[in-house]
Formats: sequence, C-alpha cells, structure tokens
Amino acid sequence: MITRNEVLETNEMIEKENLDVRTITMGISLLDCMDSDLETCRKKIKEKILSKASNLVKTGKDIEREFGIPIVNKRISVTPIAIVGSACCKTPEDYAAIAKTLDDVAKEVGVNFIGGYSALVSKGSTPSDELLMKSIPLALSTTDRVCSSINLGSTKTGINMDAVRLMGDIIKETAERTKEADSLGCAKLVVFCNAPDDNPFMAGAFHGVTEGDCVIHVGVSGPGVVKTALEKVRGENFEVLCETIKKTAFKVTRVGQLVAKEASARLGVPFGIIDLSLAPTPAIGDSVADILCEIGLEYAGAPGTTAALALLNDQVKKGGVMASSYVGGLSGAFIPVSEDQGMINAVEAGALTIEKLEAMTCVCSVGLDMIAIPGDTPNTTISGIIADELAIGMVNQKTTAVRIIPVIGKGVGETVEFGGLLGHAPIMPVNRFGCENFVNRGGRIPAPIHSFKN
Amino acid sequence: MKKTIITVVGKDGVGIIAKVCTYLANNKVNIEDISQTIVHGYFNMMMIADMNNSSKAFEEIASELAQIGEEIGVVIRMQREEIFDSMHRI
Repeated sequence: MITRNEVLETNEMIEKENLDVRTITMGISLLDCMDSDLETCRKKIKEKILSKASNLVKTGKDIEREFGIPIVNKRISVTPIAIVGSACCKTPEDYAAIAKTLDDVAKEVGVNFIGGYSALVSKGSTPSDELLMKSIPLALSTTDRVCSSINLGSTKTGINMDAVRLMGDIIKETAERTKEADSLGCAKLVVFCNAPDDNPFMAGAFHGVTEGDCVIHVGVSGPGVVKTALEKVRGENFEVLCETIKKTAFKVTRVGQLVAKEASARLGVPFGIIDLSLAPTPAIGDSVADILCEIGLEYAGAPGTTAALALLNDQVKKGGVMASSYVGGLSGAFIPVSEDQGMINAVEAGALTIEKLEAMTCVCSVGLDMIAIPGDTPNTTISGIIADELAIGMVNQKTTAVRIIPVIGKGVGETVEFGGLLGHAPIMPVNRFGCENFVNRGGRIPAPIHSFKN
Repeated sequence: MKKTIITVVGKDGVGIIAKVCTYLANNKVNIEDISQTIVHGYFNMMMIADMNNSSKAFEEIASELAQIGEEIGVVIRMQREEIFDSMHRI
C-alpha cells in the first residue's frame, strides 16, 4: 500500500519542483487529405483534425484533475505539409493557405501549437518541398500556432547543402517579416539532421510517414525534480550522482507513461512513445543549467560542462527507458537558451558562448536552440552555423537541430522578450568571419563512411 | 475505479478530520486507511478512500473537498492512486 511519505514525495515534486508532463501530442496523418484541389484539401485537413482531436484538450484537463499532475501543453503534429500539399499547391501562397487552415483548426480544438509545416529534404528537394520552404516566412508571419521544421540531412543521406543555403535566407526572411515581434517567427522554425518521426516537442514535431493514422506521444519533463534530488547528494562521488539522476528520471518517466496510457485509452488512440527529455522552462527552479551547476559547475559553459551534460543525458535515458514501454522522439536533455533561466544567467555572466553550446549539442539532444543572434548576421553565416550543427548530427548518428533567431534591429548587449514558455534571451555574439564560398558551392555533402552498414 | 488518495495539509486546528470525514460519509465515500501527523506545526493527513459507491463524480467531490479546505484553511487534494503507484512501485 502507498505510504504517506511516498504521497508527500510525489506531491512535493509537483508543487515545489515543477514536476509536470510537458506535452501530450496527438500525431495525425493527413496523407488521406491529399487532393488536386486546394480548397478540397484544406477542407479535408480541417475535418480530419476535428474528427481526431476535438476531445484532446478536454481529456488532457480531465487527467490533470484526476491525477493532480499538470499537463502543460496539448498539441498536434501532422504529416509534413510539403507532402500533403504536393498535389494542389502551385505557389508559396497556396502552401501558406494550408498553414492558415492548420492555425484555424488548432485554435478551434484549443491546442497551443500545431507542428508539421515541414519538408523532409535530407537528400534532395522536390519542387513542392521548395515551394513549402519558400512559403515559410509568409506562413509563420500570418499564423500564430503553426510550427515549421525542415529535415536537411541525415546520417544515411548526408547533408543537402542547397537546402541549407536556402534555409539561411528563409530564417532571415522570417525574422524580417516578424520583426515587430522581435522576430518571433524564427522561434517557430527549426531545421534538423536526423529528425525523428515521432517527436512530441515543438517546434520540431511532425507526424512522420512511418507512423500510423493517429497516435499519442507524451513528452515528460522535470529538471526541477532532478535538481532537488541532487541537492541531497552534494559532494558525493559520480556513482552516487548518477544513481540519483537515474532513479529520479525513472520516477518522472513513470508518471509520463501513466498519463500516456490513460490519454491513449480515453481517446481511443494508440500510444506511440514517451520522449524522455529534461525540458526546461523559464520558471525559476525548472532549469537544466541549474542541474549542471548542482553537479559542480559555477555556470553552465564552464570547463566540465560537456562532461556533466553527457552524464546527465545518459542517466536520464537509463532511468527512463525502464519506466516506459516505448521510448522515442528526441529523448535527451534540452539546452535552449531563452527557455532556461540558468542558461540566460550563464550567457549574461559571459560563461556560455555559441561555440560551447555547439560542443554541448554533441552529447545531448537536441541542438542550438532558442539562441538570439544579431539581426545583421549574414544569411550565409546562418547557413554555416546550420551546416556545422548538422554535421555533428550526421557524423554522430544523432538528432541535431538549429532554432536560431536573428533579431532584426537588435545587436549584442540587447535582450529580446518572446514571452511565455519561449522566455527571453540576451543576444549572443556570432563569429564574424565569412563562409560564403563554402555555403555557396551548392550540392550536397555525402553520407559519412560509417553509415554504410549493409 | 481504483482507490483515491486524499491529502490534507495545512495549519493544525480543531475538527479538520471531523469535517473531512463527515463530508465523505455524506457522499458515501468509504475511508480504508487514514494516517496523520504534525510536522513543524503543520497538519498532514493522508487517506486512502474508495468512492465506487458514491453517486457524485470524481471531479465534483474533488472540487467540493477543495472548497471545504479553503473554508477551514487547509489544502485538500484528491488524486487517483495510480499516480503514486506508478511512481513508487515497479
């Protein structure tokens, strides 16, 4: 029988340490909505999403109340729209019209984000993929809840450098078009290497074509819980440290598993995966950087940071894997800057640079995330940053991503405020040396030798 | 439905248990286990209850209990047992 102390422990995690389920994300296939007529396609998309997701938010709230665990976000991911719209979209504006439909239906069902305004171009781009990419600035500046992601490379295919170059332009144009809101559009746009088909986290969630018709994924969180657990083992050796993280991750993930199973049963939709990620928020005490400090660093970014993050990420997975029947998505510690107060502090103290963040992405999910850079950063430099990050993913057979925000009209020393879960960020300096000749070569980088395993 | 866990946390005072138990009895919620302690002057109680015979819905009882808590100055939460089971039992 459950003891009083166990009940107390769980409720303290929820009340004082920000334990929550970060997201229930319903993946919906839109492959059966394809049509040669744009309006018919939009109508089918709306009907399909309404038929599957009408009860998603209510079900999430019911579970929150009955179990007493907050479920912060309820979201939807859909089949990459470049595929869904390929038969009917002849211009970027046609694609943006589909984005509008997604935005409207997201508002109607009450989810806060809908992901999947995406194209998968890791080896090459079709004309439809290119139209979608070119429509991103318009789509993200005329919608509120649509998130866009582009897969630009993979270990098996190499990196599509033509698309990398194009996305440097697109990110900048999206920043321009949303400059009134501190270039917020770029916070809803992420580029990937090795993008997973079942990621429940935004902005990178989409419902891959390998998935079933409709599925429930859950993303757990809990940096505050790990931090508090580590406070109790200060000064102990690495064995004790790692065991503590592992046990805590197990407990956190079990709650996610429970919520996923419950949501799946109530909605009559199969359970997909649990994403074992330590996802921070700007709230005090909900920070991955604070865990790194608790492990023994003065600030995130100090020497030792990459090693500390590597062990944290590994122990979270080891604890979480046993707690869940299916694990997938990104599964690792997130290190966004604007969404983590400890990271912001580290940047402001001068402890954390983009280069160090890049090193950190070698050992955790997912990449350069929510980093504000000067608005006058050249497009080719953005492409160069993307190429570097994707190369790390390609060679290390892991997911990496870039969600970078060139804040138009602002420079180093200024701060940008995105609000809510997206937080605020000091603008970070970027290496000013050029890479135009590299980025402008065109073509693709071949797959690395160790990808040939057959 | 499985069991329900009711926790009462707050400043100690006269009649907290009486008030909660009376409400539960009136609503046909059976108390199977109850334990209580005072930590640093704070009243801390946990009940395991079975509400299968209650005519009210989970949500209704949870919000009425929370309201009673507000009236007497304590926090009363009602949660399904599974969340604790899944976290603390393999």
